[in-house]
Amino acid sequence: MENFGTFLSVLSQGLPETLIATIGGIVLTIVLSFGAGLALLSPSRTVRVIARVYVEGLRGTSEVVQLFWIYFALPVLVGFQLVPIWAGILVLGLNHGAYGAEIVRGAVQSVPRAQVEGAIALSLSPAQRMRRVILPQAVVEMIPPFNNLFIQLLKSTALLSFVSVNEITRQAQQVLVPRFNAQAFQIFLLLLVMYLILALVITAVMRTLERLAAARVGRRPSVRARQQAATGAGVA
Amino acid sequence: MTPLWDWNFAGEIIPALLNGLRVTLIATVLGSIIAFALGLVLAVLGRGPRPVRIVVRAIVEFVRSTPLLVQVYFLFFVLPAFGVVLSALTVGILALGVHYATYTSEVYRAGIDAVPRGQWEAATALSLPTTRVWTGVVLPQAIPRVLPALGNYVISMFKETPLLIGIGVLDIVGQAREVGGQSFRYVEAYTLAGLLFLLLSYPASMAVRRLERRRAVR
Repeated sequence: MENFGTFLSVLSQGLPETLIATIGGIVLTIVLSFGAGLALLSPSRTVRVIARVYVEGLRGTSEVVQLFWIYFALPVLVGFQLVPIWAGILVLGLNHGAYGAEIVRGAVQSVPRAQVEGAIALSLSPAQRMRRVILPQAVVEMIPPFNNLFIQLLKSTALLSFVSVNEITRQAQQVLVPRFNAQAFQIFLLLLVMYLILALVITAVMRTLERLAAARVGRRPSVRARQQAATGAGVA
Repeated sequence: MTPLWDWNFAGEIIPALLNGLRVTLIATVLGSIIAFALGLVLAVLGRGPRPVRIVVRAIVEFVRSTPLLVQVYFLFFVLPAFGVVLSALTVGILALGVHYATYTSEVYRAGIDAVPRGQWEAATALSLPTTRVWTGVVLPQAIPRVLPALGNYVISMFKETPLLIGIGVLDIVGQAREVGGQSFRYVEAYTLAGLLFLLLSYPASMAVRRLERRRAVR
């Protein structure tokens, strides 16, 4: 294939930004998912309402709108502009964190009631109950849906090309296509394959984590959780 | 000093945004129709002979794992090379439809798997032709129970249409960018665009959740 080397090297120049956005977004997503997910289950009504507003507000508006809002509108309101990649990580995290919150809430609620009662009988404090009994079991259930969520997040990093983050999609569309228009097919196919490989890496890591988390509570990975994740329960 | 929020300006741009909403809704509705139909075809093929199954599986995984935006660019730049020249909106609708078909196919698959074995066996015992088994026995039982999941994907698609601005489609966000850019007033434009999405998608997802719960109880 002609020019294949050029395509690969130009696209690779965008790889660091794609990886930073993905990893940064995933970290922020995890933090917000657990924060908001546990807040949704809080005994305090105020905390629950705040978490609910965050979750519904971010899930109800489009991710592109959120990105443009933070990149173009927020600077007018606060007087300074975020570096594109930071705006990107922030939006990826805020948006997917809202979806993740529901995953965390659902998984915590799926832990059998008897486990909570057992922990109470052992007179563990509420924090100990959560940390030592409920979460280790809930995490096993969370990993398959989080796997999907992280792949969604990886796919969303392509949107950052709209706010001039030089990630791989922007490299293809702004650098390669204008120069090699006739070879658009090869360029985009290569780009798609790069995303596929990154998605496979995420899945491989998550499968390993799932096995480890399941082994920790003396279980095998749950087939049911994986199947449920495949049909995308609660995607919207 | 100009105010941070100008109500007059906000009022002025609403017609443009509603114009964009029309495009967004057209893309969502037509995209959903393609996704529902093609997804069903993929799901049925996915239960066919082994080679077909493997090919379908591979295509579904590939499309699901890669960004919709790149697929949109792919169609937009590659189709003309094969002599197919379509409008940006048409390309967008096609890409949305194909991308979401890979999701709906999984939904249908789960619905088909949930049809009890006895139903298949009874249909075979009655020696119904394959087409009748699908249209008369399996699908009428599989589809109603997956409707909430399909509804969720319509809402998802609605919120993902703005990425069609990448190929110049003037949807809600495209319009917001136009009117915001003309006057450098982005706060009103993007805030209203976001509210418009929330206004439509929140009640819709509430309705889907109610449907889900009703089914769960039954």
